[in-house]
Amino acid sequence: MIRFENVSVAYRDAAAPALAAVDLHVPEGELCLVVGRTGSGKSTLLRAVNGLVPHFTGGTLTGRVLVAGRDTRTHPPRELADVVGMVAQDPQAGFVTDSVEEELEYSMESLALPNPVMRKRVEETLDLLGLAELRHRPLATLSGGQQQRVAVGAALTAHPRVLVLDEPTSALDPGAAEDVLAALHRLVHDLGMTVLIAEHRLERVAQYADRVVWLPGGGLPPVAGDPGRVLADAPVAPPVVRLGQLAGWEPVPVSIRDARRLAGPLRDRLPSPPVSSSTRPAELLRATGLRVRYSTVDALRGVSLSVGAGERVAVMGRNGSGKSSLLWAVQGTGKRSGGEVAVDGVDPASLKPGPRRKAIGLVPQQPGDLLYLHTVGGECAQADRESGKPAGTCREFLDRLAPGIPDSQHPRDLSEGQRLALVLAVALTPSPRAVLLDEPTRGLDYPAKTRLAAALRDLADDGHAIVLATHDVEFVAEYASRVVVLAEGEVVADGPTAEVVTASPVFSPQVAKVLAPQPWLTVADVRAALAAR
Amino acid sequence: MSPHPGAWWLWALCLAAVATRTTNPVLLAMVIAVAGYVAVSCREDAPWASAYGVFLKFALVVLAIRVVLHVLLGGVSGPTVLVTLPEIPLPEWARDIRLGGPVSAEGLAFALYQGLQLATLLCCVGAANALANAKRLLRSLPAALYEVSVAVVVALTVAPQLVASARSVRRARALRGDAVRGVKAVRVLMVPVLEDAFERSLVLAAAMDSRGYGRTAGLPKRTRVVTGGLVLGGLFGLCVGAYGLLGGSAPGVVGAPMLAVGSALAIAGLWTGSRRVRRSRYRPDRWGPRELLIIASGLVAALATFLAPAALGGAVLTPSTVPLVAPELPLLPAIGLLCAVAPVVVASRKNPSSTRKAT
Repeated sequence: MIRFENVSVAYRDAAAPALAAVDLHVPEGELCLVVGRTGSGKSTLLRAVNGLVPHFTGGTLTGRVLVAGRDTRTHPPRELADVVGMVAQDPQAGFVTDSVEEELEYSMESLALPNPVMRKRVEETLDLLGLAELRHRPLATLSGGQQQRVAVGAALTAHPRVLVLDEPTSALDPGAAEDVLAALHRLVHDLGMTVLIAEHRLERVAQYADRVVWLPGGGLPPVAGDPGRVLADAPVAPPVVRLGQLAGWEPVPVSIRDARRLAGPLRDRLPSPPVSSSTRPAELLRATGLRVRYSTVDALRGVSLSVGAGERVAVMGRNGSGKSSLLWAVQGTGKRSGGEVAVDGVDPASLKPGPRRKAIGLVPQQPGDLLYLHTVGGECAQADRESGKPAGTCREFLDRLAPGIPDSQHPRDLSEGQRLALVLAVALTPSPRAVLLDEPTRGLDYPAKTRLAAALRDLADDGHAIVLATHDVEFVAEYASRVVVLAEGEVVADGPTAEVVTASPVFSPQVAKVLAPQPWLTVADVRAALAAR
Repeated sequence: MSPHPGAWWLWALCLAAVATRTTNPVLLAMVIAVAGYVAVSCREDAPWASAYGVFLKFALVVLAIRVVLHVLLGGVSGPTVLVTLPEIPLPEWARDIRLGGPVSAEGLAFALYQGLQLATLLCCVGAANALANAKRLLRSLPAALYEVSVAVVVALTVAPQLVASARSVRRARALRGDAVRGVKAVRVLMVPVLEDAFERSLVLAAAMDSRGYGRTAGLPKRTRVVTGGLVLGGLFGLCVGAYGLLGGSAPGVVGAPMLAVGSALAIAGLWTGSRRVRRSRYRPDRWGPRELLIIASGLVAALATFLAPAALGGAVLTPSTVPLVAPELPLLPAIGLLCAVAPVVVASRKNPSSTRKAT
């Protein structure tokens, strides 16, 4: 169905080609998962399938890409619209119209399909993706998961034979991600559609894949094959694969079900996990009865939170459950309709922005919003000036978080992980006692997440209090010492990580699912326990 | 299904045409009342439905500005001086301009009538906006204009996005302390906002391309030139014709005949262009008896005003201000305007989907 013949893609000013020597054949009816580090060319590979690369992005493509027998050299994306459905990373940015039904029919109008066909397909698609209730709703009012399903539906109404999705679940909470993946699973199994997905959150997708393509980057050809075998060799792999490698299971399992069937002997071998000491550290940040109200919506309804120095708190919950509102209200810049906050006894909202930075730092969801100069060095120097610290303070933090970024580089050219590190370094420069991070793991691969977790752990050990809002279950297992779960603006659970995340299958990390009922959370913990024996 | 958006716009245009032909405050107030009543009772439960209120406020502001300017700068003067403001002496070269001085009842009435005329026009536009989404109207444009209309629709969505992105950047900026002020702050704010807007438009363009936008719409050059020429010529004819008809002082040849020639040219141009574009429409807006009735009711109002003989109100369309007389009710135009309320009877009151949502 999709055939890459010795394809290389190079951009003019780039040192290395974005894709090199790709020979790949994806047969009809297969769900193929593309994995790799950030910047390894996953998006380029996906966009080459419908001709966006090179027709839209520029660059030079050598070799050829055939989709359903059509060569992308002679067929621009619009001429492939009837065979390839493309779902971009941020569904909202790609919406052309403003209501669900109009969005679904847009591609069919462009394909000049007769009216009765359009009516029928819209109804089919609404049912297939469970959107019937939402058909008249404006797109802007939908939640992230609903928007993602509309974007998939909009691509499906053209009845393409290939569906290409770039990180379809990265912005979604675990429940919404499952909805989207279930819909895709149905498409592959019921309609025999060929699906190509790129994703960082492999723990969500890997189990559905028939085949995995690993892009090593740096000019090396991709490796394709059986999911377990390819992921075991790749630097990015879900925890269940890592656990399988650690325990020496063969073949390496990709799904929880396969792993649990092999896990009996390992569960017997493991000692009972150490009980974390429950000494309460000195309180640093206290919020009581926080309320935030936007015109008609109550984002927070009386949330109380107390964080001690050295604690690493994760705030979890559905999209729209009030996580961001909580962070911004605590920091003092965001809206606060009621309640009190004290950091070291002082309410940050009563401080001027300058002194407020010294009390509490926040890394927003779009870290790029904070950067506006043309070089990394310039940003660091500006941060030092703003916080009245000796020159080089910010640079020192940056080198600790992500070593080796040259001063002359433009912040836009950094990878997601590097940009996050830069913004975190800027936030840390005035050495605030409390640091808040909003959804920091979006777009980070596994090694980058492990590095971030280590950096945050160091900060906490230095006596900072850290609060982080996230959907990323695996990251929470690796990083947090305490988890707070929000729903509809209220705290529904608050306790040590092991207790809270193992209590619900939605928030449970893979290792915990495999080794239940023993509350192990990460592969690293298991490895340490095995080594200690 | 609500009536065709084009019908609502034509109806509102007819009301506006009435307003251009008269300065009689009684008739103008009637136009505002009719437009407001129909807008409120026929609008759907949609984000744009509150447009009439916004335009009404804007109209009041315009009216106020017109009157205040008259009081300050003078213009029409009459024997009935109401109050005399202190006059500010101006240098010799500006002696034609007067600041302050006597304010006469006649002048005030004149300014009020003129301001009211402008305000009425604004209210007509407001009613059209409240009744029919501009986006839906653009969707019903002929296929030849399809690409243009999509570009306009996209531009319409960009503005609110720019506001949202500026807000988030400003909020993020506060996190870095208040080190930047003044001119530099503009740059600091603009760089991320523009970057964001640029990136969004690239993503949107890629998405539209992948979904078949512009497919097979490539017209050969000759057709394009012919289409463009016909449409431009047609639009020119339309403008001149409309000016002749509404201005009332132009020679008869410039009015209706020019309008007819312009319309014919424009329609021919759009038709030649549309023949080549292969697209289909999902739920196209259709013209039916309901739409015809809406337009007819507007036309009756316009014709009653334009053709009213002197005895039946044609004489009092522009009431005299010097000497100041109480404006009379022009009989035939008023009856015509009452006919323009007819759409209330035929249009569905509320969007059925909205009631479902509320439950």
